[in-house]
Amino acid sequence: MIPGQFEYHRPASLAEATGLLTELGDDARVLAGGHSLIPMMKLRMAAPSHLVDLQDITELKGIARDGGEIVIGAMTTQHDLIASAELGAAIPLIREAALLIADPQVRYVGTIGGNVANGDPGNDMPGLMQCLGARYELDGPNGRRSVAARDFYESAYVTAAADDEILSRICIPVPAPGHGYAYEKLKRKIGDYATAAAAVLLTVSGGRCDSASVAMTNLSDTPVFAAEAGATLAGSDLGSAAVDAAVAAALAAINPGEDNRGPVAFKQHVAGVILRRAIARATDRAQ
Amino acid sequence: MAKMHVKMTVNGKPVEALAEPRTLLIHFLREELSLTGPHIGCETSHCGACTVDLDGKSVKSCTLFVGQANGADITTIEGIANADGSLHVLQEMFREHHGLQCGFCTPGMITRARRLLAENPNPTEAEVRFGISGNLCRCTGYQNIVKAIMAAAAMLNAQKEAAE
Repeated sequence: MIPGQFEYHRPASLAEATGLLTELGDDARVLAGGHSLIPMMKLRMAAPSHLVDLQDITELKGIARDGGEIVIGAMTTQHDLIASAELGAAIPLIREAALLIADPQVRYVGTIGGNVANGDPGNDMPGLMQCLGARYELDGPNGRRSVAARDFYESAYVTAAADDEILSRICIPVPAPGHGYAYEKLKRKIGDYATAAAAVLLTVSGGRCDSASVAMTNLSDTPVFAAEAGATLAGSDLGSAAVDAAVAAALAAINPGEDNRGPVAFKQHVAGVILRRAIARATDRAQ
Repeated sequence: MAKMHVKMTVNGKPVEALAEPRTLLIHFLREELSLTGPHIGCETSHCGACTVDLDGKSVKSCTLFVGQANGADITTIEGIANADGSLHVLQEMFREHHGLQCGFCTPGMITRARRLLAENPNPTEAEVRFGISGNLCRCTGYQNIVKAIMAAAAMLNAQKEAAE
């Protein structure tokens, strides 16, 4: 499989990279880990004339705490996310999900920025970031702006980012200490995308749920932030009636298509099972 | 399209060449450098037969452009034997425990296992299975591969202790 011809660029700074994108126009694509883009280029479903490789831009790498947020550089790999003790302590949900993405070799190279920016409904991080209430920083010719993950995804591979913008940082509010969390994913095999996946984050005090957030992956042409499901759990005792109502609300928000992972009815069924497991595990973990 | 100048260290030796930017690292290693140990299995980043070590990470060389590896330090299966030419402990243990049948996946398996043991010298069997989950073998059912890696871990640890 031989991809189309392109010219390769490796800028040393974010300013240089955004300058290249402005100059080269929509014939250029940024290259992060490349594990979504290169397979598409091999199939000639993508044929950019210019690739702008971001690997030398150190300001796009790393995990740092900034007040109430964890700020993750877009070029931070899944392997880096898993290895970070600080991130594991503050937002263990991310590590749990990252371990379910692809396989070890892909996680060494695949980045969180590429995963969220590509707009592939099969990717795990977009739903996760919606669940966590993250925001993305986009750098372009007119400076930097911030877009909430819940507002970022328009349809499959179509996002709020413009062609000349680079998603540079992911900023995630640190959940309250003692929060409950779970990422549940059904996949056919290691390396597969989800048949259905659910992210749940909640806080509990005195036996009642104070706040809850639910998002679903690969069950629509965008990640699905199930606001109503979260609102149903919040204020409840997380008992079976509340869980049933939340699952019903989430299933009403998804719109899966039939593919080689199964027909629509199967996906609706699996989505419900996965979400119940995620709510149960998050509830068990909440302190 | 103009060729680009690439420079890297492969199996400890400096390498320089001209290559089309669209050249995949696996094609560069096999065709330009005649390192045919890393294999092209699926060419879709699933099977892991093309696994090489790049700057301390296991990567699938079918899913990297040669330019991305510009400046990198790469080790392929050809660079894994000991300096005196004797087999690396992992290679010995794959032979000892019959960790291969057709041998097609073996270069990727051993290269990946070497990095896994460098990061986790005392893995459980479950950790070995998870750690090699990006490498497919269609012959062995993995049982003997896992045995070989566990045995190599024990031998490497014994060697380290003896040296201390």
